[in-house]
Amino acid sequence: MSAIAHGARGLSAAPWFTSMVTVVLLAAMVGIGGAAYPGLLSPQVGFNLLIDNAYLVVVAVGMGFVILSGGIDLSVGAVLALSTMVTAWLLHSAHWHPAAAILAVLMLGALFGGAMGAIIHLFKLQPFIVTLAGMFLARGLCYLISIESITIDQPFFVAVSQAQIPVAGGFVSPGALIALLVLLAAVWLAHFTAFGRAVYAVGGNEQSAAMMGLDVGRTRIGVYALSGLCAALGGVLFAFYMLSGYGLHGQGLELDAIAAVVIGGTLLSGGYGYIAGALSGVLVLGAIQTLIAFDGNLSSWWTKIVIGGLLFVFCVVQKLMGGRR
Amino acid sequence: MNAPVNPAVADAALHASPWRTLLLQHPLLRPVAALLVLLLVDALLVPGFFRLEIKDGHLYGPLVDILNRAAPLMLAALGMTLVIVTRGIDISVGAVVALSGTVAAMLVGGTMVMQNGVPAYVANTPMPAALAAALGVALLCGLWNGVLVAGIRLQPIVATLILMVAGRGLAQLLTDGQIVTVYYTPYFFLGSGYLFGLPFSLYLVAAVFVATLLLVKKTALGLFIQAVGINPVAARLAGLRTATLIVFVYVFCSACAGLAGLLITSNIKSADANNAGLLLELDAILAVTLGGTSLLGGRFSLAGSMVGALIIQTLTSTIYALGVPPEVNMVVKAVVVFIVCISQSGEFRQLFTKRAA
Repeated sequence: MSAIAHGARGLSAAPWFTSMVTVVLLAAMVGIGGAAYPGLLSPQVGFNLLIDNAYLVVVAVGMGFVILSGGIDLSVGAVLALSTMVTAWLLHSAHWHPAAAILAVLMLGALFGGAMGAIIHLFKLQPFIVTLAGMFLARGLCYLISIESITIDQPFFVAVSQAQIPVAGGFVSPGALIALLVLLAAVWLAHFTAFGRAVYAVGGNEQSAAMMGLDVGRTRIGVYALSGLCAALGGVLFAFYMLSGYGLHGQGLELDAIAAVVIGGTLLSGGYGYIAGALSGVLVLGAIQTLIAFDGNLSSWWTKIVIGGLLFVFCVVQKLMGGRR
Repeated sequence: MNAPVNPAVADAALHASPWRTLLLQHPLLRPVAALLVLLLVDALLVPGFFRLEIKDGHLYGPLVDILNRAAPLMLAALGMTLVIVTRGIDISVGAVVALSGTVAAMLVGGTMVMQNGVPAYVANTPMPAALAAALGVALLCGLWNGVLVAGIRLQPIVATLILMVAGRGLAQLLTDGQIVTVYYTPYFFLGSGYLFGLPFSLYLVAAVFVATLLLVKKTALGLFIQAVGINPVAARLAGLRTATLIVFVYVFCSACAGLAGLLITSNIKSADANNAGLLLELDAILAVTLGGTSLLGGRFSLAGSMVGALIIQTLTSTIYALGVPPEVNMVVKAVVVFIVCISQSGEFRQLFTKRAA
């Protein structure tokens, strides 16, 4: 008995335990949903989950880095909206080449995030308040460009938005593919590079990291720049998905991204978790929405209630485990 | 909080009269100065900004409008101040506003009945009971937040994030996603009624402000809350019941948000679970920061938070009055937050001191 108890404790104390809980939860949700609605098990439903949430995966990856470093970025939704707006404006009014427009938007996002990181680091301000101001700024800039939504009818964007890449009895969109590539790159960045190790170190204990000779400032600015870049890329994917730029795009997205990261098993206090958790977190959120849509009797606000409940459960589980470690 | 003393100020202080020193170092100096600058801009650029007139025994004018519109924000900022003093944050304020407003609107409702051949609206539930129920819901929300923060020791931003996401969902669940319209006239008095010539909401805000001020200045409670913010561990070792204090500030904050929700629904005569109090938490945090309360906890000014709320509302009204597109509002707000936060930081002051020396 005690061996089993010990084994169970060892299991729940393992660093990948919460991440596994999420994966099990996802499997259970799909299983129960599949039993109730056989249509849910068709591969295309799974691919649609990826297609519909591609931008969220990318944004959550960026948010994952920020949270691992012990910070938070509330500006991602606004930066995503700003990116769709700038993309649409560059294509529509300035007639830029799509590649140039996308590149400019990505650089803008990275610069925006980097600037916030620099302010946070140089003036020792709380990330919460600085990125909050960044959120106001980015949303405000959207409306300065245009109050109305701008339609994107540029041929390249339309072609990408309609492209279907056949995979195993279904298809995915280029956006979903890009999201998966970003996720792979992020996993490599987090676990196989000096930057990734520095992020974990700063999130675990900033003072120890500084004493170890790590450049805390550069890491922090890099993390926020990365988050800004991801939000901008999310914006480009969102522009592919919606074919429009609008200041109201991605409202409340920052909370979805934070929820995805937490549900994916990353500790909000920093330094602990996996970037790959962003994918499972996003898929759980997406699966909840799909299940509610399949049910048909439940209204959309149940999504919010269920996500709130899940957040609660995961936070409490994390706390209980944290106490044991 | 040992902020490095600016030698220039210290030097001036030596030669200046004591009351001037007091004024220069008073924490309210900067927020009040900012408000005065805004009002000065209005005085110069907006014709008739300070015009006040009495119609039907009520005071009308742009200034009264600003005060009346700022009332919910002032209430939310008061509650938020005490939460921030304990190094916490409450981002569920907007959701609590939606919940309490929805409960009140649904319970009051209003059904048309014929009285002596004249159609009249009566409340579905007696109004005091409806108001009590709405505030009760708000108190429960606060209790939930407080228990998560003090009992389970979740980070405040995460703990309140849960209610922020779920609260609006619950409010929508109650109303079935519809906007609830109120037809019962006495309910409108809260948000748009007049008492002795001034909007009733102002009396409510003043009452809450004075009560809070007395509570934190005339009892040891203020000191206790401050102690929790400065050093929670030391406060606990000194024998303070930190957990109870933390639960109290979250309950207080939610109660203020609940009152704000009543004012908002009463003012617009309906409850919109989706949009009522949207982003109010951010404005409240902004008001508290503008008022000179440190986000690192321990140092606070209730009067400052009220001034901060007035600054935000005056800024909004000014932007409307000047005919600038309202979209600029957010950019201006963002720039103001950046400037205020950076100028509050110790690093910036050190930079300034070095340059001055």
